[in-house]
Order: sequence, then C-alpha cells, then structure tokens
Amino acid sequence: MENLDTLAGQAKAAIEAADDGATLEQLRVDYLGKKGQITALLKGLGKLSPEERPAAGAQINVVKQELQQLIGERKSALEAAAVEAQLAAETIDVTLPGRGQSTGGIHPVSRTMERMEAFFAAIGFEVVEGPEVEDDYHNFEALNIPAHHPARAMHDTFYVDEHTVLRTHTSPVQVRVMESQQPPLKIICPGRVYRCDSDLTHTPMFHQVEGLLIDEHTSFADLKGVIEAFLREFFERELAVRFRPSYFPFTEPSAEVDIQCVNCGGDGCRVCSQTGWLEVMGCGMVHPRVFEYSGIDTEKYTGFAFGMGVERLAMLRYGVNDLRLFFDNDLRFLEQF
Amino acid sequence: MIISEQWLREWVSPKMSTEELAHQITMAGLEVDAVEPVAGDFSGVIVAQIISAEQHPDADKLRVCEVSTGDGSVQIVCGAPNARAGLKAPLAIVGGVLPGDFKIKKAKLRGVESFGMLCAEQELGLSDANEGLMELPDDAPVGRDLRDYLGLEDKAIEIGLTPNRADCLGVAGIAREVGLLNNLSVCEPVIEPVPASVDDSLPVELLAPERCPRFVGRVIRGVDITRPSPLWLREKLRRVGLRSIDAVVDVTNYVMMELGQPMHAFDLAKLRGGIRVRTAERGEKLELLDGQTVELDSETLVIADHEKAVAMAGVMGGQGTSVSAATTDLFLEVAFFAPTPMAGKARAYGLHTDASHRFERGVDFTLQQRAMERATGLLLEIVGGAAGPLQETVSSAHLPARPDVTLRAARIPKLLGFELDGEEVERILSGLGLGVTATGEGWLCTVPSWRFDIAIEADLLEELARVYGYNRLPATRLSGDLVMPARPEKHQSVSALRRHLAARGYREAITYSFVDPKLQKLFDPGLEPVALSNPISADMAVMRTSLVPGLVSAVLRNTKRQQPRVRLFETGLRFLPGEDCLKQVPTLAMVITGSRFAEGWNVDASAADFFDLKGDLESLVALTRASDDFSFHAARRDALHPGQTAFITRDEETVGYVGALHPSICSELGVQAPLYVAEITLSTLLEAELPVFAELSKFPEVRRDLAIIVDKEVPAEALLRNVRASAGTYLTDLTLFDVYEGKGIDPKRKSLALGLTFRDSSRTLSDEDVNEAVKQVVDSLDKNYKAELRG
Ligand SMILES: [Zn+2]
Repeated sequence: MENLDTLAGQAKAAIEAADDGATLEQLRVDYLGKKGQITALLKGLGKLSPEERPAAGAQINVVKQELQQLIGERKSALEAAAVEAQLAAETIDVTLPGRGQSTGGIHPVSRTMERMEAFFAAIGFEVVEGPEVEDDYHNFEALNIPAHHPARAMHDTFYVDEHTVLRTHTSPVQVRVMESQQPPLKIICPGRVYRCDSDLTHTPMFHQVEGLLIDEHTSFADLKGVIEAFLREFFERELAVRFRPSYFPFTEPSAEVDIQCVNCGGDGCRVCSQTGWLEVMGCGMVHPRVFEYSGIDTEKYTGFAFGMGVERLAMLRYGVNDLRLFFDNDLRFLEQF
Repeated sequence: MIISEQWLREWVSPKMSTEELAHQITMAGLEVDAVEPVAGDFSGVIVAQIISAEQHPDADKLRVCEVSTGDGSVQIVCGAPNARAGLKAPLAIVGGVLPGDFKIKKAKLRGVESFGMLCAEQELGLSDANEGLMELPDDAPVGRDLRDYLGLEDKAIEIGLTPNRADCLGVAGIAREVGLLNNLSVCEPVIEPVPASVDDSLPVELLAPERCPRFVGRVIRGVDITRPSPLWLREKLRRVGLRSIDAVVDVTNYVMMELGQPMHAFDLAKLRGGIRVRTAERGEKLELLDGQTVELDSETLVIADHEKAVAMAGVMGGQGTSVSAATTDLFLEVAFFAPTPMAGKARAYGLHTDASHRFERGVDFTLQQRAMERATGLLLEIVGGAAGPLQETVSSAHLPARPDVTLRAARIPKLLGFELDGEEVERILSGLGLGVTATGEGWLCTVPSWRFDIAIEADLLEELARVYGYNRLPATRLSGDLVMPARPEKHQSVSALRRHLAARGYREAITYSFVDPKLQKLFDPGLEPVALSNPISADMAVMRTSLVPGLVSAVLRNTKRQQPRVRLFETGLRFLPGEDCLKQVPTLAMVITGSRFAEGWNVDASAADFFDLKGDLESLVALTRASDDFSFHAARRDALHPGQTAFITRDEETVGYVGALHPSICSELGVQAPLYVAEITLSTLLEAELPVFAELSKFPEVRRDLAIIVDKEVPAEALLRNVRASAGTYLTDLTLFDVYEGKGIDPKRKSLALGLTFRDSSRTLSDEDVNEAVKQVVDSLDKNYKAELRG
C-alpha cells in the first residue's frame, strides 16, 4: 500500500495548491471521480486475497474521505476569499459628503410665532387672522381710541386714506372676532403690523401675537397666571416676571410686563439698559367700552387681552442684536435658524 | 416729564433712596425712564469772587484775575469774556476734579501762573452754556462749596407718563401719588391771594365757552423785566429741563411745572380793547412766538383782542403781543381749555408744546385761580409792579362734568381675582382725591377735577389694583371645560408647507409688504396698487400686488453678497385692488436662481431651470392629494419670459403662475439670469383631499412603452390627459420618460416616450386586453394630435 500513501500525499499537496474552483474540481475528478485514481484503487481490491481485502478497503476509504473533506474545505476557503476580494474592490470613502438637496429653513419670526401659537393652542386658543389694510373703526374706534385720542400719536400710523390704515396692531382681529362670535372666546391672532417709524430699534413692519380670552369668570389673576406660565415656558427657565401699571385705551386695568433680563440674569447689562428688566408685552382686562362696541354683556363677561412683539421675543430668545436683520433676508442670517 | 427729586421732596419726602423711589413710582404706573444727576461729577469747586481782572501781557484773549476764595486770594488766568471785577463765579481750586476726571493743577498760561480755573456751566455739567463764566448771585457766600451752595446732590427723574395721567404733569400730581403710596401727607406750598393794588382790568368774552369755559386774567402794572430770575428759580427750571428765558417766562413755566397749569403773559400795551376767546376766522394769520406765521383754520381756538388773534389758545402765544425787555405792563392769562376739542390741533400745525401737551390730556379745571395767585405772587417778588384784581370769566355749564361712579364690592374679586379689604379700598380711593361714601353693595365715589380718566367702575378697579400693587395680586392657573376642538383633516397648515419647502432646500424670507412703485409697475402694470399717504420712504410707498418683487430684491441683495445660489419662499398677503373692495390674498411665492444643487463632488453642477421650480411646486400640489385638479398651461405674464411661463389652474380657476423672469427685467434689475419665480394663492394649497383607500390588486401588471411623434406645439400635459382618457380603466400608471427632438425626426416634430402600466383588480390581463387599450390610445392620439408611432 505504499502506492496509496504516495497517492494521498500527492493529492493533498495538489488540493492545497489549488487556487480556483476549476482546478479543485479537476482534482476531485482526477482522484475521486468514476475514473479517478482512488476509485481505481477501490476497483483493484478484487485482485487481493479475501483476507487482505477488508483492511486494504478500509485504508483506501479513509484516504477517500480525507480527500473529500479537504476538497470541501478548500472550496469554502476559495469562495470566502473570492467574496472578500469582491467586497474589497467595492470599498468606498464613506466620509465623502452625501448627495442631494441641501436643507432650507424657516424664518426666525415664523419659527417664534409658530412656537408661541403652540403654547396657546395647547390650552385651547384658536388661531385667527385678519386683514392688514384695516379700517379706522376696527383699528382704533372700536378699541376705544377715538379720533385725536393722544394714544393715536403713539401709534405712528400709516394711512391709505382718511378712513383706512395699515393696522398698527393685531387687536382689530379681536374686534372682528367679537363682532361675529359670542363668548366664551379664546383666540390668538398672529400677524404683520405696521408703524411709520424706522431707526435702529424700529422697523416700519413687524409682527405681533395678540391673545384674547373672554368668559364668565376671567380675572386679572388669570391673566397673570397665563402670562407668567407662557414666559417661563417660552424662555425655558424660571425667570422673574413683573407687571407694571400702564395705559392702553382698550384694556383696564392695563399692564406692561417685564421679565428679568435673559442676558444678564437681572444684574444689568447693555441689553436691558442696566435695569435688569426687559419689557416684553402689554396686556390687561378688556375695557368695558370695547365690549360695548361689540355688543358683549359687560355684566356677564370679563376678559383679558395681551399683545407681544414677535421680533422682540425672537431677539431675546436667540440673541439677535439687530432688529433690521429680520427683514434683510441675508442668507447668512437666515441659515442660522 | 422730568421732575427734580429735591423739588418733589419739598412736597413729600418718603424715607427711601432715589432708586427705591424711582422703583416705587414705576410700579405705580408712572414709569421712570431715567434718573440722572443734575450736575456733572465734580469736587473742589467753590463760590469765588473776582477782585480784579487785568489784561494778560502776552495774550489778547486772556485775563489775569485776582480771585477771592473767602480765606485768601489766588491768581487765575482766564479766557472768559465776562471775567470782570466784582463777578461771583465758580472756581475749581488746585486739587479739585471736574467732570471727566479732569484734575485741576497749578499751571502756567503764556508765562503767567494760574492756581485753578474759573468755570462755565458746561464745564460743571450743569448746562450747555459755555460762552462765559457761570454768573452767581451777588449774595452768594464766597468760599462755600458750590455743590453745597446749589444743592446739587439732586437727581432729575424722567417719567414716561401715559396719556391718561395728565394729573401727574406737575410736581403737585406726582407728590399726591407718592404721598398715597407711602401713606404720607403732602405738604403743599401756601399760596396767598394777592390783593389788588390797582384797578386795571381787561374785559374778557368767552365766545366759544364749550372749548374755553374758564378764563382767569390779571393786569400787572409797572414791572421791570430786566430783573433776572433768582438762582433758585433758574436752578429748578434747569433741573426739569427748561431753559431760563426771563423772569416772566420763567415764572409761568415754574407754575406749569409745579401745579400742571400752563399760562401765558401778554404785553398789556400791545392788546387792543379786550380779550375774546373765539375760534379763528378761516385764513386768519398769526405770527407765533417761534417766529413762524400760520394761517389758521376755523377749527382753531384763539385768544384775540378786539382786532386780531394774539395767541393760539393752549398752544403758543403770538409774537405781536409778546413780552419784551421794554414791557412795563403785563396781562396774565390762566385758562382751562377742554381736552377733546384741543386734541390734535397743535399737531395739525406741526406744533407740540408743553402747554398743548397738557391741555390735550386735561388740566384741572378748578386750578386757574390758584395758579394765577401763585404766578402773581412770584412775579411781584421778582419783577415788582402792582397787581390788578383777579378777573375770572366762567361758563359753569360748560365745565367738565364729573358724574359719581359706583364701585360694587363684588366686582373686585370678579375682575381682579382677589378680595380687597373695605378699609383699604377707602384709603386708596380717598388718597387719590375721590370722595368715598359706603353704600350697601360697595361705594359711591365723587371724582376730583384733576382726573379725566375716571368715569366708570373699571377705572376705579384699575386704580385699586395699581395702588395696591399689581405684583401683590395673585396669579392663578387657567381652568375651564376641556372642549375637543374641531380639527378639519382636509385643512393643511401653512406651517406644514413651510416645512415641506424647507426640506426641499428653500429658506423662508420675510419682505416688506410695501414696495417701490416702480418695481410694482414692472411686475403688475395693469394693477393700480394701494398707495400709502405717508410712506416711510419713496421706495416703500405702495402695497405689493405680488410677493415676487420683494423676493427678487432679496435675491439681488444676496447675489451681491457673493451668494450665487438662492432659493427663497415667502407667505403673506397680496393687496389687489378690486372693483368694489380691496382683496387681501394670502399667497405663497418662491424664487430660485443659481445651480440646481449646492456645489458638491458628486452632483450635477448645471443651473436650475424652469422644471426645478415647477417640480417643487408640483410637490406642494401633491400634498393636497388632488394633483389631477391642477393644470399648468403656457401663458404670458408681465415681467416673465414669454416662452417660459405657465399659469396654474385648479378646477379651471387660475390660482398662480410659474416662470422665468424676463431677461430684460433681469438686466434692468441687475439680477443674474436665469431666475425663476412662482406665486400661488395659499388657500389653494391648504384645501386637501382625504386619503381614500383602494383595494390592492393581487394580479400582475403589464407595462407597454410607446414612442410617439407629434408636433412640437402639442403640450405634453394635454397629450397625457388624452392618453389617460382613452386608455380605459386598466391603466394604473402613466409616465413620460423621454422627450426627444432633433436628428432623425422632422424638425417640426418631437418624440415622446410613454410608459403605460395596466392592471386589473379581479383578473390577470390578457395580451388582447392590453393591445386593445394601447390601440385605443394610439387611435385617439392620431385623431387628436396627428401622432404617429415612432418605428
Ligand atoms: Zn441685562
């Protein structure tokens, strides 16, 4: 059986050396195929004596199985290597930037306004909008600001004609709602407003969000509660809020609301003109005359209204230091939001 | 309104610092805008007297003065023109420090030694006056520290009064508030009536009593106007921001600042006959004290003599009857002018004076006699003379009414949200000067003559809250019924559109609603825009009829800043003048220019074109789930490229457009071409359809591709609609995957490659089914568009 050992040695070396599937298959045919050399040895067993036959047969079968296994293993190894090579060839630089459209963004005023609306919508306020070219009646008269009232001087009104103005605040939307709907009312009115004023801290157009709540048991304490909660949530911090008596013809009592300066925490800085406080909005209880204009029963109902400047809040929230940037539409500014 | 803290403290002086006082009145609704020292920060300045003043040997403009300091004398070189022997003036001694940390040292001026510096007002931070040395009164004590002598440890408190608080436009009114806030009584100056020592008077007629129901006049004879106002008077006025003019003007200003009552002095010799308070004749002319001559309208109230108007009542006196150094006899006017008819009058002439400011807001209509006595007393003291009798002319029926106001106790918790003790209610209201009588359910209150803002119960509630302190009031959390709101699913939010466009690379812009009329004309020459009668500038003078001009301007500003690729959108109103009324239409506009994609290593670097913008617009349309309702068709529009513009319709109604900006407009505006714009009515995009489920077919689909040739003019959209209409019910999808013009095709024709997908929900389609459908399509296209199959 020297012959068998030699044959097995040759076969093993050849399998080991095979570097592709075809060579390997040829080796299998050469050794283990129907006409293969190992198969031939098995066929030659008949020439041996019956005593020798079992032992020799077993030896040959061991070699046969060994070679079958080696061929199988070699085949798997070659296949794995081929996959490896394929994958290696497909490697890319995954750090290269991705393809496609760049992302745009929403204007900081819209972003702020939508955020403000969301707080109030969550407690049941409906968003209402109105015209920007407004008649004198809704912008002034029905808000208890008759012609020549000194408060008109504070408004720097743009006029279209004697009876038509660009709304100076979003309050006329309240009037329109009160005219057409009966209390209880809970509305929020965002939008553009116009004042004939332009300098470092004024633009002739800006945005306000106005709120109105009318119900049978609405008090100044409710107003304070809503405003304090809103300001805390808007700025996402515990900040001191104070209400200062003020005057608006359409509310009484009227208040101006100051928050602790968000820049310096109340110590005094450039943003708050060293006072530690920032004026952020006006508010008050709806004036009975405003109710009378809209035919709402002043005995049964009370209500509060508030109005805030969107740009002002956006500036404080995001640290914008120049109001005029909001309407310059410089991409370098817009891209920051 | 500026007051001096010292002046206020003469009336009422709570034990608190300036800061505490400022905070207290701010929180009571009299907002303190600023607290400023009344003088610069200086030390080592004393009252000194010039003993002698000699010409400097080597300098024309300098004098060498021997100056007494009280305990000796020093030599001072001084350039002031009024440096003269005998003058008392402030002296900064060596070692003293002037504002700006300017240290006074011994110096040599043109060879002559100087041991200090004589000062002008400006150098001490007292005023802007720097023409000469500050002249101190003859009785000023030489050697005394100037700060001490003038009482300069004082603050000017500037209060931004709201228009309802006219009662606080004088020291008296603010003192009343401070007294109440601190529970202190107010110490008013004693004002004695001045007995008449001459009989002279002028007849006064109130010809417009509803506008001037009370007029108090008085003649003062034999005054000496050359006598200067005393230092205390000048100092008080200076600290409240008023310049000293002469004793008469100073006294009238003083009374106004003290009591809140404006008044006016005439030169008696220049008045003819008597006084008539009347409305002006139309076209009547009056030369005012500020030198301008105004032509009066018949709505203007004037003080007139028997010949002519001599003052615009409650606004400004006339030049012709004004007091001058030569005046010897005065006629003083203290009147009440009703606020409502005064409103806006000064403004109509471009005027705004301390007097008009007060009368428009409301002056106490019982104050006139008192103010007259105050002014008379002060004038006699300063300029001498003999007073005539105080003459009051009054039309009681026309004085403001002050109806009583009822306050119901139950309204306090209802409106303010807390209970206020009855005694506190009475203390606050009576402290404000109201008469308070308890009734069964609350109080009946009389309203003082100085309050023009208390007429209804809410006014009283405000006063209670204000004086009690807003910040002591409770804050409660809102509670109420939880009502499920209506949320129509078909309604899309603008916010969703914004986010959609942002995700597609657009930045939201906000441009002004008013635009340059020239720009408006360029885009919408057929529309007459709404014009502002008082625009802020000529290029912001008309309301936009389109959002596009504003966006194009924004693009221009960005491309000028080296931003070649811009995509912007905006939402807002367009203002369209209509036949009956102005339409204010919520609109969405978009604009793109520059490359299709942001520059990158692996992207197409070509410029964006019409179809980029159209695609973005279609993606918005798709959000409505009603794309089939929309249609684009070629159209022409001002300012847009005639061959690259489409109108957008929804259900046959035009809702917007998309197109390239006309090349000539691009070059006129200086924007880089091409630039594409779109504008669409916002409401169109907000009305969406609800999703409707359709059964998913289990059967295979069959796809057939067709290449057809048609005339170039055939619009693809019409052709695709034709295919959809003629293909039968099995057609589930239709794509246009190629458009070809050129070699191999008739130059007037184009080839369109269509992909048709067929499927049925109940069975597998046979070849015959599909062939039949395709045949119908081909026949229909042939019939309608002379289409031929490309072989
Ligand atoms: Zn600060």
